[in-house]
Amino acid sequence: MTMIEPAKGPDALEIEHLDVAYRVRGVDQPTLRDVGFHIGRHESFGLVGESGCGKSTTALAISRYLPRNGRITAGHISVGGRDLMSMGREELRLLRARSISMVYQEPMRALNPSIRVGRQVAEVFEILGAGKGEARERAEAALRTVQIADPGRVMRAYPHQLSGGMLQRVVIAMAIAVDPTLLILDEPTTALDATVEAEVLDLVAGLRAQFGTAVLVISHNLAVIAKVCDRVGVMYAGQIVEQGPVDQVFSDPRHPYTVGLLRCVPRRGQRKDLHRLDTIPGFLPRPEEAQVGCVYATRCGLADDRCRTARPPVVDLGSGRTSQCFKTDQARELPWVTSQELATAAKRRFDEPLIRIKHASKTYPGPHGERVHALVDVDLEVFPGETLGIVGESGCGKSTLARVLVGLTAPDAGSVVEIAGRQAGPVAAKRTPEELRLLQIVFQNPDSALNRRHSVRRIITRALIKFARLRGGERERRVEEIVGSVRMEPRHLPMRPAQLSGGLKQRVAIARAFAGSPSVLVCDEPTSALDVSVQAAVLNLLVDLQEREDVAYVFISHDLGVVRYLADRIVVLYLGWIMEYGPAESVFAGPHHPYTEALLSAVPTIEATGPERIRLEGEIPSPANPPPGCVFHTRCSRRLSDGTCETIVPAFREIQPGKFVRCHLPVEQTGPA
Amino acid sequence: MGRYLAQRAGMAGLTLFLLSIIVFVAGQVKPLLVQYWDWISGIPRGDLGFSYQYRAPVSSFLFPALGQSLKLAAVAFVIVVPLSILGGVVAALYRGRTADRVISTTGFSLSTVPEFVSGIVLIVVFAVQLQVLPVSAAAPPGSGLFTQLRYLLLPAIPLVFVLFGYIARMARASTVEALESDYVRTAALKGLPQRVVIFRHVLRNSMLPTITVVATQMGYLIGGLVVTETLFNYPGLGRLIYDAGNQKDFPMLEAGVLVIGAVYLTATLLADMITPLLNPRVRLQGAE
Repeated sequence: MTMIEPAKGPDALEIEHLDVAYRVRGVDQPTLRDVGFHIGRHESFGLVGESGCGKSTTALAISRYLPRNGRITAGHISVGGRDLMSMGREELRLLRARSISMVYQEPMRALNPSIRVGRQVAEVFEILGAGKGEARERAEAALRTVQIADPGRVMRAYPHQLSGGMLQRVVIAMAIAVDPTLLILDEPTTALDATVEAEVLDLVAGLRAQFGTAVLVISHNLAVIAKVCDRVGVMYAGQIVEQGPVDQVFSDPRHPYTVGLLRCVPRRGQRKDLHRLDTIPGFLPRPEEAQVGCVYATRCGLADDRCRTARPPVVDLGSGRTSQCFKTDQARELPWVTSQELATAAKRRFDEPLIRIKHASKTYPGPHGERVHALVDVDLEVFPGETLGIVGESGCGKSTLARVLVGLTAPDAGSVVEIAGRQAGPVAAKRTPEELRLLQIVFQNPDSALNRRHSVRRIITRALIKFARLRGGERERRVEEIVGSVRMEPRHLPMRPAQLSGGLKQRVAIARAFAGSPSVLVCDEPTSALDVSVQAAVLNLLVDLQEREDVAYVFISHDLGVVRYLADRIVVLYLGWIMEYGPAESVFAGPHHPYTEALLSAVPTIEATGPERIRLEGEIPSPANPPPGCVFHTRCSRRLSDGTCETIVPAFREIQPGKFVRCHLPVEQTGPA
Repeated sequence: MGRYLAQRAGMAGLTLFLLSIIVFVAGQVKPLLVQYWDWISGIPRGDLGFSYQYRAPVSSFLFPALGQSLKLAAVAFVIVVPLSILGGVVAALYRGRTADRVISTTGFSLSTVPEFVSGIVLIVVFAVQLQVLPVSAAAPPGSGLFTQLRYLLLPAIPLVFVLFGYIARMARASTVEALESDYVRTAALKGLPQRVVIFRHVLRNSMLPTITVVATQMGYLIGGLVVTETLFNYPGLGRLIYDAGNQKDFPMLEAGVLVIGAVYLTATLLADMITPLLNPRVRLQGAE
């Protein structure tokens, strides 16, 4: 008697020994080396790694849409058992139409700006031979599948009229419409807010359960991979250095790079005064550098002569796990790069605030004469030596608040900004040099914040002249001291920003801000543009500088993990209103505002367990037309049934010492449940 | 002005008495600013001034000449617009390859050749040597449309040369941008045939900046007719202005420059009005 085996089709995706090279100035630069992995039917596989590791190149190679200078130099790719390498143009087109779909990082740019959304979705069906009318109907049905509430309206809209989350749903609808063999998601949520990200990830999980599509997820975010993938491949310098089931790889990593990567990310429960983040020293090898030995050897704390001279084998660790390393058993003993010495107990003093904002509002005139309320009646204080975290979704007023603080945007009349106990001018031009010195800012994107034509020395010297009024040798010494304090070397001084990596540029921006020894540094998403290992280094640097210089930070970030790690107190903004304000521990532990609760539950974590997701209804209302009563009532899951929330603006109540919540709910009814 | 008149009068052997009468009648004893005001305040009433040269109202020469110039410009435009857009798009599709290099280099080279050089070369080759096209641009009065076009072809080509490089470069740049955009990748990975991707997704977006450029070039073209019209002896606006300059016929000169400015303005306005028709982001700004 023979066993009846389940019908097994070919794998959704098979990649073997794939090499891809980009031709740059007439020379082939190998970008992918010997990449190989399989994705079974109904399986979801994640590729994770820092920028430049070859994740997106892999995705583009699979859809045979490499940039014009890119070329598959060796290897084999097949989708659903069909060999991609031997396909002609027409075959390839049909394969794309029927078997491979792709969702991209930036939904705003993925759709044609001058064609209505409905038409663009309908195209997918027209390719497969549907008539115009039928294609439209099926497009509308597809939009309904991705839970778009009003598909008729969305069909008639142009892309710029829809939000990022909505557009990503549209793109996903197009992608799954034809029930493809393989769905590729390339950083599908990177451009989205935490709450929208959670919705999109839920949607993908739901659709997978419904259709059983095989999925390839590409992300730099380990937590996103942990949330949606069965198996994961960790990429470094164009190679998959480790792969296996997600839970095993993340809980028991066997490659030093995976270990390092996991140590860079602030985990739930980690705080600056309890844990140090580790970093990965050095830089990615340049593709043109000759490779002898292990690609990771130059950055690996375990590397010895063998690693530097011989290429490590792909070691089979059983249960589908492999690691390309000589020392898979010792990987977890990777020595720490940063000292484990913790910051001494913070010297935060809560007596006299450095900055006090009272009744700060900012109203912008809209294009049609309406008033856009970016910031409404904000009161807050910043104390010496503390970190005040500011969180909220995009458009909540985080950046407006930063700009009002440093005087780049004048607040509405009646707003009070006090620096060191004295009312400061509304804009920087009206502030005294001393006020300017005390309050500095670091922006998200160091590329545009630093003058490209100035050397590092000049950038820092200018700040010293302006704020410290130093001269001659003393100034020279101070420049070197500051550069050293952000862990850069004197050899960086003559360089221009273009010659530095993203992490180094951000260090220059931080060094510039520190030049005048400020008391308060406003950091507007300072690590959002950086890779996790670089982010860890910058966060460590900020912690060290805070301890040494006794500076206070106003730290703005959409990344709650980072804010949780760094902040002593937290402000939660929604539609320009402060919803919650208090010590970090109690904001995270609760009881909290229903919005904070939803925001916290939306963040994916590397650990399998997290709080149950609180779903927010609908989209963020327009700040030009905010809802009456409590601005959050339209999306609140704990809204009172008597109509109070719809009509009365809730008071800002102190529910615990130092902790304020703007909500009608009695304290015992707020979360956590 | 007085010295200039005295000079002219002296040459003509006029007596001081006659001269003073002319000066008084022509209004040229008034200060410059007042003269300017007299002229400019006439314009809203449709009075563009009085030509010194022809002793007749400027407008009776200006508008027929403008019509002639527009005809020449139109012929040049009908040739250059499709040709340069096609060239730019082809160059973009084959960017970095031979076709691109040929088109881009040709465009650059042609646009640096002044009209009086390319015009003379064309006359020598086609009109003198091959004798396939007439030397002069002005068709005999009463000739039909086809004959008129035949006469206009040769003078139009130097204008085509000058504009081709510029428009083709714009078309190429915006097409390359569209080709490398994420939405074109989306369209291609949907499995759309390349033809549909190019016509529906690429050109629709890449033509937008190109059309704006084309419309503003219309104004440039009218202003740039001076050389061509003089060279080909064509009775257009450019020629009129050139003659007026030579003859120091200031009212004519002023009115001619004013008309060119007006054409430029109209062309730019037209470009601004076309943009929202093509671009929903501009058309629907805040309309949701």
